[in-house]
Amino acid sequence: MNPANPGAMPAAPQELPEFTPHTRRLLEEVEARSEAEVSRCYHCGACANGCPFTGAMDYRPNQVLRLLQYGMRQEVLSCNTIWICVGCHTCSSECPMAIDIAAVMETLRHLAVEEGVAIARPDILDFHEAVLRSLESNGRAHKLGIMLRHKVRTRSWFRDMDVGLRMLAKRKLDLRPSRIQALHEIKDLFSCYWRESK
Amino acid sequence: MNPEKQLDFSYFPGCSLATTAAESNQSMRESAKILGLNLIELEDWNCCGSSSAQTMCKNLSLGMAARNLSLAPPGRPLVAMCPRCLHYLRNAQRCLKQDPQTHRELEERWGRPIPLDLEVLHFMEVLVRYGLDRLKSRARRSLKGLKYVPYYGCTLFRPPALKQERYYQGEMANILGALGAQAIDGAYANRCCGSFLSATDPEIVIPLVNEIVGSAVQAQAHCLVTACAMCQLNLEIRCTMKTRAPVFHFSEILALALGAKDYEQWFIRHLTDPRPLLQSLGLAA
Repeated sequence: MNPANPGAMPAAPQELPEFTPHTRRLLEEVEARSEAEVSRCYHCGACANGCPFTGAMDYRPNQVLRLLQYGMRQEVLSCNTIWICVGCHTCSSECPMAIDIAAVMETLRHLAVEEGVAIARPDILDFHEAVLRSLESNGRAHKLGIMLRHKVRTRSWFRDMDVGLRMLAKRKLDLRPSRIQALHEIKDLFSCYWRESK
Repeated sequence: MNPEKQLDFSYFPGCSLATTAAESNQSMRESAKILGLNLIELEDWNCCGSSSAQTMCKNLSLGMAARNLSLAPPGRPLVAMCPRCLHYLRNAQRCLKQDPQTHRELEERWGRPIPLDLEVLHFMEVLVRYGLDRLKSRARRSLKGLKYVPYYGCTLFRPPALKQERYYQGEMANILGALGAQAIDGAYANRCCGSFLSATDPEIVIPLVNEIVGSAVQAQAHCLVTACAMCQLNLEIRCTMKTRAPVFHFSEILALALGAKDYEQWFIRHLTDPRPLLQSLGLAA
């Protein structure tokens, strides 16, 4: 792309992705599951301007929609944007075409996990896993347990030690989990849940 | 409505208010008691599912929220303070309305009805709907002179299911304004606090939080008041600036105005000590 004129067409038309029935299927699948009309995006970039996290993303939110419009399944499912998105919905509320972009990101996370593609940010996925393990064992989130598990898995023992200690000192981290009585009712719910094969 | 009459509500605290943000829970209960709003905690409630269940498996997320609905006795609204808990509880009702089969299956599994018409309310909604007259008649300390940034967080300001849900902007100023406090514009009042990235990517969240707190300082606010316990935590633990402003839970300021006496035990749990500010305004001893 010509950097002086980012709106210009790429010089070599043969580099454009091919539109196939497969392209349509990805777009249709994401639109159906997210209830967001991705095809309406005309790339004004409002979502990317509003998003507080673009600095850490490999593709900006509207570029993710572009990958979907082109049907580039591998690229879109393995980008880090979908994991860095926390679902704050700034993009969705700023979109002039009323596309719920955060819902698209959520659908893409589900697809990435279901299809077993290489996850761009395995540590973030791992954090969600740690939360779910805590919920499965206690019915409620035990933050100290979640952080410790996450630290073991990501081998980052000393990172953030000061924050952890300050939270402990202020008694913000309970040492013991609070556990619900009817735990079997929670454990039953986990039968549907995707599990890592490791 | 008789302002003396005690009103009953079911109450869902959620994991944050039960642990890291216990001070929010305590001050909210204290305020409710003074206002004659009787919050009855759901027996054996579980986590609403949170963003993690939503990210990993929609059915799991739905089931966890639905179990809480099945614990709510009929005849009184269910109240939550945590915006995400509120959202997931309401979302479960919406999904189960569209999916009668899953609704039936879950009811049979637990042997309890899952009420889909049960009112699920945010605590601020309860205050505006039932408590505005009570608020004025029971206020004991004027908040006059307190300049704050109302920080709603994403879920109350931009509800995730935008089409179905209501926005809450203005609600905090309605309530705290009635008590004399002055809301300050011109700060990043709706910018995302970073959510779970605070745990996984502090280097992304630190500059964002500094910008938010810095904008409040620059707008000459004394403090930020949050509606969400996670926002409160992130704004405190990830702020690395020398000049910072205290960050309060909404319910702490409310309880203070209503004359609560045990504020000391909430404020010692803050990472930025808010007591000097409150003492300078004559709001705390």
